[in-house]
Amino acid sequence: MENRMLKDENDRVDGVFKVTGKAKYFAEYELPGLTYGVLVTSTITKGKITTLDTKAAEKAPGVISVLSHLNKPSAPGYEQDGGSPMKIFYTDKIFYNGQPIAMVVANTFERATYAASLVKATYAKEEFNTNFDKAVADSKSKKLQGQPDYKRGVENAYKTAEVKIEEKYHLPIETHNPMELHGIIADWRPNNQLTVYAKTQGVKATQGTIANVFKIPVENIQVNSEFVGGGFGMALRTWPVEIATVMASKHIGKPVKLVITRMQMFTMVGNRPAAIQTIGLGANKDGKLTGITHRAFGETSVYENFTEGVVNMAKFMYQCDNVNTQYTVVPVDLGVPIWMRGPGEATGAFALESAIDEMAHALDMDPLEFRIKNDPERDQQRSLPFSDKNIKEAYRVGAQKIGWNERKNKPGSLIDGQLKTGYGVSIGVFNANRGRASVKGILKADGSLVLQSATSDIGPGTGTGMTLIASKLMKIPADKITFELGDSSLPPAPSQGGSATLSTVGSAVNDVCVALKSTIAELAANSNMDATANFVDVLKKNNLPSIEIMKQSQAGKEREAYSMYSFSIHFVKVKVHSLTGVVKVDKIVSVGDSGTIVSPKTARSQMVGGAVGGVGMALTEESIIDHRYGRYINNNFADYHVPVNADIPEIEVHFINKPDPYINPMGAKGMGEIALIGFSAAVANAVFNATGKRIRSLPITPDKILADS
Amino acid sequence: MQSSDPKNNQGDSRRDFLKKSSLITAIALTPSVALKAAESQADERFAELFEKIPLNLTVNNKAYQTSVEPRVTLLDYLREELHLTGTKKGCDHGQCGACTVHVDGERVNSCLSLAVMNEGKKVTTIEGLANGDELHPMQAAFIKHDGFQCGYCTPGQIMSAVACVNEGHTTSRSEISEYMSGNICRCGAYPNIVDAIIEVSKGETKA
Repeated sequence: MENRMLKDENDRVDGVFKVTGKAKYFAEYELPGLTYGVLVTSTITKGKITTLDTKAAEKAPGVISVLSHLNKPSAPGYEQDGGSPMKIFYTDKIFYNGQPIAMVVANTFERATYAASLVKATYAKEEFNTNFDKAVADSKSKKLQGQPDYKRGVENAYKTAEVKIEEKYHLPIETHNPMELHGIIADWRPNNQLTVYAKTQGVKATQGTIANVFKIPVENIQVNSEFVGGGFGMALRTWPVEIATVMASKHIGKPVKLVITRMQMFTMVGNRPAAIQTIGLGANKDGKLTGITHRAFGETSVYENFTEGVVNMAKFMYQCDNVNTQYTVVPVDLGVPIWMRGPGEATGAFALESAIDEMAHALDMDPLEFRIKNDPERDQQRSLPFSDKNIKEAYRVGAQKIGWNERKNKPGSLIDGQLKTGYGVSIGVFNANRGRASVKGILKADGSLVLQSATSDIGPGTGTGMTLIASKLMKIPADKITFELGDSSLPPAPSQGGSATLSTVGSAVNDVCVALKSTIAELAANSNMDATANFVDVLKKNNLPSIEIMKQSQAGKEREAYSMYSFSIHFVKVKVHSLTGVVKVDKIVSVGDSGTIVSPKTARSQMVGGAVGGVGMALTEESIIDHRYGRYINNNFADYHVPVNADIPEIEVHFINKPDPYINPMGAKGMGEIALIGFSAAVANAVFNATGKRIRSLPITPDKILADS
Repeated sequence: MQSSDPKNNQGDSRRDFLKKSSLITAIALTPSVALKAAESQADERFAELFEKIPLNLTVNNKAYQTSVEPRVTLLDYLREELHLTGTKKGCDHGQCGACTVHVDGERVNSCLSLAVMNEGKKVTTIEGLANGDELHPMQAAFIKHDGFQCGYCTPGQIMSAVACVNEGHTTSRSEISEYMSGNICRCGAYPNIVDAIIEVSKGETKA
């Protein structure tokens, strides 16, 4: 990536590419003989395809092939038994409305789109249920999957506490909706050689999944994904429609491009699952928590199970001897969910952080004071000390910046004409992960450094962060460093998810730089040069155009001795209109406690972005289904409301910026998830403080605020 | 059912109509070179002649004389025909602004405009904004204020931002936000985008 034109070393290394239109996303590669795939999708929710008439489509102008379960294009892995029943074009079963049932491939996009409209299916319909509330109500007698129950101390201790609350919280389905539409270009060549241009959060994962389905060696598959137009979790797996496109290319012997529609983004590439949660909290009159119970039902599909960490936070975030949790998933006839930013922890934090605010209110305490009073000294779940936690300082900084002293503890106290003002706070927490990654460093006699790793960047600024780590260690200006990613032929790295990339890949960058420095020092010593000699001089003196080192890096035993988390504190000020019930977020202060901040500009943007996502989760986002038909009815950007520019106030971001002494060489922890986790509860708490109305069902739309109950 | 045959794509009703009504006229009007080239799939080639209609337009100061099917959007024409992929497809419904370009100086959603509707017009895309290696002030301001993360909505945001300044809708943060609300950024770079626009508008920079 070209970063020579940047004015500031903290600017994004790929900034020039992104502002000039030169950054190439998957759908933008020109391949000779490129063809276009367009999907035909089911119009029923459950049942079987009885007939599929593709004749008219096959005869339409420009059509090369129509793929479906009728011709089962070759995919050896799908011919075997087992695995998910969702084997695209290998089943006549319908599991959800909008399931891909055929793909038309033609020589132009318009021709493929027209021909797809000519494919006609008939079905044998079966009864279905897409209503999660109903599924949960009906699930009582069924054996459900989920995660093991957790218990510490006395179960349901809250029930006998001096002060107790027990409340139920609802979250709707949310849809990731990155701006870039999903899809893939597949180019299957003779001798089972395959090149794909993918929208993926993990090039190695995509390579492995395709190899498994088509039973070809991973070495035969080249996955390119240099620029990804957002993911938020939905590109953490290789979806059936991607497999279908590879099938199509193999079948016709030409490259095939699939770009799904925005409507299809709601059905076939995952969502944040709906959840129903019950929280019970008990405290003594002094405001010490004596019992926490968190029970959750999460939505899943009938054909694959999906679970996530909805009840994790309750186990360790507050000092409390009696904690029990339960998490089960309940299937509905919809596409399988996938992690969405913050994933299950964001779902759980809405409930827990709302409940904490409710308990503070029940105790007539300032919710900030109540949180500080119950701040844990150690991780009681793992019986370990925290590696690094500065929550109290983060509370202080944030409270001062939002103007917490203006807040009145009695709800509805701040009224200016028709506007009611309220303040809310919440905490977000996420496991500070560190995986295993390899990085190759090529130090050149021209003064430049090239770093390579098969990691991905969906937007947080991976290349920028890695460049800054190397620049600091090697004392090489950022504009002399290139970080290459998004290419499966590079040294292996895990997928970009779980806020782990900076910690995981950054550690390998660190290790490579340390090794390069020591090699240069050895070369200098051997050639009678000063130990502090510049590497360019050392390489030249040794007649070396470059040196190359690859390092693999992973966490060690420190993870057994310490509990490692990233934390965020969100402060929100809202104004609620008393006649219309409209909530306007007036000010946001987010404080990140995630170790050293390696890349200040991109880190701030990530926190800002999390807050914006949090405003959507809190106030507007909900994928609505007409349960009579099992179809989404707001599957577009006009009806599914993600925040727009006018919804967002100024956002202040502060970082504690102290190194975590144990996590990794940089002392830096991930922050992609914590930027969002808990945010929706801060809004709900602020709305309560403004109006006295506790909304336990997201999104907080005006109708709920104006409702009588 | 057997797999579909790539060559067996002839003979739908529209083809038959074209054959019967126009084939003789078409042959009369078609240069012999084209006829030779069309030998293998004659009706397919002829159909193209009739389905496509001529289009003259200027994109980034370069004149294009082409022909295009009337159903092709300006967005798909730019991306798939001219390979100017800086203009992005985010929804195809005019709801997200990722496809924003300037047509005769005004910002439009290119997904809501058919290519043929732009006959004789001047189109500017993100690729036409910089002056060689010298970035447009708005592009530089987006980098400085980090007005993006994944970068996918960015070309549309920048084209809208330039128009927003030219339209004079920059008297306050809230006015800028209002006039930039047709461009969705899912990464949530809105405050940074507004900062970039304020900087450019204060510099009284005109595109």
